[in-house]
Amino acid sequence: MVLETKHNQPDSTFEADGVPEGLDEEIHGRHPLDDLLRTERLPHIWCPGCGLGTSLTCFLSALRKSGLDLQKTAVVSGIGCTGRVAGYVKLDSFHTTHGRAIPFATGLKLGNPELKVIVFSGDGDLVTIGGNHFIHAARRNIDLTVICINNFNYGMTGGQVGATTPVGGVTTTSPYGNYEYPFNVSALAASSGAVYVARWTVLHARRLERAMIQALLKPGFSLVEVISPCPTGFGRRHKQREGLDTLRYYREHGVIDHDADLHKADIGLGTSFVEGNFVNIDKPTFLEQRSECLAQALK
Amino acid sequence: MSKGSQDGVLSGEFFMQGDIACAEGAICAGCRFFGGYPITPATEVAQRMSERLPLVDGMYIQMEDELASIGAVLGASWAGTKAMTATSGPGFSLMMENLGLGIMLETPCVLVNVQRGGPSTGLPTLTGQGDMMQARWGSHGDYSIIALAPSSPQELFDLTIHAFNLSEIYRIPVLVMTDAEVGHMTEKVVIPPVEEIEIVERRKPTVGPDEYLPYHVEPGEWVAPMAAAGDGYHIHVTGLTHDEQGYPVTSDDSAQWPLVQRLIGKIEENKEDIVILEEEGVDDAEVVVVSYGIAARTSLWPIQMAREEGIRVGLLRLVTVWPFPDQQIRALAARVDGFVVPEINMGQIVREVERCAAGQAEVFPVSHPGGGIHDPQEVLRTIREAARSGAEA
Repeated sequence: MVLETKHNQPDSTFEADGVPEGLDEEIHGRHPLDDLLRTERLPHIWCPGCGLGTSLTCFLSALRKSGLDLQKTAVVSGIGCTGRVAGYVKLDSFHTTHGRAIPFATGLKLGNPELKVIVFSGDGDLVTIGGNHFIHAARRNIDLTVICINNFNYGMTGGQVGATTPVGGVTTTSPYGNYEYPFNVSALAASSGAVYVARWTVLHARRLERAMIQALLKPGFSLVEVISPCPTGFGRRHKQREGLDTLRYYREHGVIDHDADLHKADIGLGTSFVEGNFVNIDKPTFLEQRSECLAQALK
Repeated sequence: MSKGSQDGVLSGEFFMQGDIACAEGAICAGCRFFGGYPITPATEVAQRMSERLPLVDGMYIQMEDELASIGAVLGASWAGTKAMTATSGPGFSLMMENLGLGIMLETPCVLVNVQRGGPSTGLPTLTGQGDMMQARWGSHGDYSIIALAPSSPQELFDLTIHAFNLSEIYRIPVLVMTDAEVGHMTEKVVIPPVEEIEIVERRKPTVGPDEYLPYHVEPGEWVAPMAAAGDGYHIHVTGLTHDEQGYPVTSDDSAQWPLVQRLIGKIEENKEDIVILEEEGVDDAEVVVVSYGIAARTSLWPIQMAREEGIRVGLLRLVTVWPFPDQQIRALAARVDGFVVPEINMGQIVREVERCAAGQAEVFPVSHPGGGIHDPQEVLRTIREAARSGAEA
């Protein structure tokens, strides 16, 4: 079912160069998370209806509630719409190369093990071009929290097919429908060794935030897969003209099952999909394994 | 294995392989992170680092590929650690994109390329110098780079230290362009006492987080002091074209001009301090052999033979290949008859010599596709040809 929506009228206040002085204060006011943002860089580049705003809000809120020392917390992003997160968070933040956020983050963590390092990037970046690094970081159980915003396509370049696009998905480079099998990001992380794996849509914002807190505080490799609308690149080709249509789709198709068999938790088009806090196990991290091994070998 | 001095330095005289000397140079320079991937003939650098780093509170990690190795090295550098990787041709190719990121973020680190014959998988165990132009131009976009070319295990030790120092001074990845011959050669290597080794430490910001701009360069300087993650500065860095604050400016070329000009200028305008050349018998020379690395070393015998034949020939050894010593070649071109350029490739640095000679002196390449060192007779023949050609002119 397609939700009927009125098209927004163009807002003339944004047609001038930049935002008129005082507009943010008068109309939007201060946001409670402003101190975690580089507000001078706003407005952000993301499209109306995009799920990145909600994802970032959940993340910053989770970060604050986690109690982590924000002087020792760093965010690393790759390239793409989600990759721009690093440019908006007021933490030590690194906008790196396409697919290589995880290796950069690995070096950052090992160069200074006191740091809490978060990788915040998109599905194309993390599991398509960067898939090898994703599985190896999980295998090592290196101390990284990976937030993967999965919108099933390459948004920034104009909605192309990727390794997460469901079979049948129409994109600008799969105009007749996608005929490749996609990756199931959560299953990929779990089977590669991640100690924490959760998948939530941006509609389930509170659950998403709670999962992010758990992931941030979990020693080892943790993954939060965020299912997120991309009305411009993906939604409008799948009867979800606006972000709100996609949220409605999530409400109708999302099934919460924390104990789901992840290998059967693929995401298709128009079919129900599973979300939940799937994996939460304890296993020595890369650094713990290393210390243990070296202590034995070098005593 | 001995931990060496308090700083991890194994001072003494050794019979040491080039690759291992390189690793020891890195330890001396303060390198405490190595991200690598095994590849012939550079593997021994990684092996040595995996053994040595845990003994000096350093971190070794074997990454899943070379894309990841250089990525991890950049991350470690931004964590405040001196970091290095070592590879050969195929891995060097994979590193090119993140080398550009290192240049763009102005990240001090060292990248060692123990060159082998190429292209592609080529000759894994045999030598080559075919990556010299890739070292200069391999990553996309405009930039300048520093590349050093050691010609002995001792020099691999010395120049690895120097590479770390230059990388900190100019905030740039520095390339150590050695080759299989030097990397796998075992020779006497002297590791001096700690106090005799000059080490450059990273320049940190002296102002507080409210005043600090990660890419603000003071007048008369070329690079900014560098804050690390966790220092409390909440820095943002990006591979996008950025302003002094590190923020992207991509809707026009207003930030691109000063940024790219500075990335190039910080190297090209400091050539006098960066370029190291070694001259032998150049003062009275009619012919000058311009070479580097192992090819310079194998030119010594033919030079000696030519001199015994009465040819006034000298050697200009490029210890620094990039930035290129334009001025010195130009000055020589005005007074010598010819240049002879032996290199283990089909003619790369010879193009630079030709460019600088600009027709004032004739240039004779001595090419070799890789897989071995030059036949000294071939170099000698070319020196004779250059001398003859000069006499006829």
